[in-house]
Amino acid sequence: MVTTVERAREVAAAVPDPELPMLTLADLGILADVEEHDGTVTAWITPTYSGCPAVAEMAGDVARRLRAAGFEHVEVRLRIDPPWSSDRISAEGRRKLAEAGIAPPVPGGLLTLGPTRLAVHCPQCGSTDTEELSRFGSTACKSLWRCRSCREPFDRIKEI
Amino acid sequence: MTDDHVYLSLSDAAGEPDGEARWAYGTGFADPLLGVDAAPPSGIDPADLAAYCLMLGDDALVLSQRLIQWVTRAPELEEEVALANLGLDLLGQARRLLTRAGQLDGTGRNEDELAYWRDEFDYRNVRLVELENGDFAQCVARLLMFATAREELYRRLADHADPVLAAVAALGVKELAYHREYAQSWVLRLGDGTEHSRRRMQDALDALWPWLDELFTPHEVELRLGVDPLQLREPVLDRLAGVLGVATLSVPEAAPRAYVNGRAGRHGVHTEELGPLLAELQVVARAHPGATW
Repeated sequence: MVTTVERAREVAAAVPDPELPMLTLADLGILADVEEHDGTVTAWITPTYSGCPAVAEMAGDVARRLRAAGFEHVEVRLRIDPPWSSDRISAEGRRKLAEAGIAPPVPGGLLTLGPTRLAVHCPQCGSTDTEELSRFGSTACKSLWRCRSCREPFDRIKEI
Repeated sequence: MTDDHVYLSLSDAAGEPDGEARWAYGTGFADPLLGVDAAPPSGIDPADLAAYCLMLGDDALVLSQRLIQWVTRAPELEEEVALANLGLDLLGQARRLLTRAGQLDGTGRNEDELAYWRDEFDYRNVRLVELENGDFAQCVARLLMFATAREELYRRLADHADPVLAAVAALGVKELAYHREYAQSWVLRLGDGTEHSRRRMQDALDALWPWLDELFTPHEVELRLGVDPLQLREPVLDRLAGVLGVATLSVPEAAPRAYVNGRAGRHGVHTEELGPLLAELQVVARAHPGATW
């Protein structure tokens, strides 16, 4: 017997991310929790960066999907504590990122003062002969890299 | 969609009762503290906390606006993208802090009302962040000074009694570390570069250094809240001296900029450079009051 909250969680967990639609909000660790009290379903989401411009989209998408699945009373709330971390991206999420040509973050990766020593694999050819072109990329959560073996540029999710 | 006119059909929220759909991606703005518990923490004067959030929020908002002014003007595309990213982080922090200030100050103003409808004497940012951009060396010098100080401050605020301020700081400290690293890498590159780049980098530091001390000068609200910024002074100066040393630059010895009758940015006393910045920031909102887009 599947409970209401379990069913709601399943629906919310399947909502794709508006920027990276090959991943779900659950894969990215943005969906923090789903609760149900007195017939109201509450979905909690944790935005990635402070300035993430997709929060309204995500909140709207989650609410719409839940309503479409038959939940009448739905609210979406932000949970900003604890803050989002790239460590929250699931193993499945990391696999999907790599498949989409985006290098996943290294769990527990830390900033260093010197040149970075993390081995970043090219998501196209797998080579570790890669270099960072810019620490900032097309969205707040990505940096821009290049593979010196296959010469292809690629995005990489930053550790935060 | 029933309307023939594409704009109308889309702007009509596609017939959704809750109006959540928008006519284009990214045009919707959620309350940055949507559904976050707004109760003020016990034992803290909400007015003081509001004033403090406004100070930090205005720092972030004004510097964000300065960084955005680099877009289309940066020396390389990568730097433009980087500066826009830093500005976006700061804008996000400002949105949360201004929203928090409006929740606590008793006026119920939202982030837009605070950003667009206050005049310069109601802004509480330090003067360092409002100064005109200058050259790229000044851009990275200011970023290095601000990011080093703000990272240090956020680290201390991450366990603040106000859960909202603490959460802004806990995420902000990680974002500011990226900002500091970015600024640091350019200060090193320009300082330990050619004779010309070294001179320009040193000139930039000399020009901005006198404004640094305002970040460490306590306001009475900060003292009442127990967040004395004077405690940041030593660790921040140590860190900056370390970077400048590696970059073969010297730590400027210029005296701090004077206050006006004991008042400066935190009291609403600004340089003449803030007014034009706010005019640019606010013109659309003021020309079309209440407009949504």
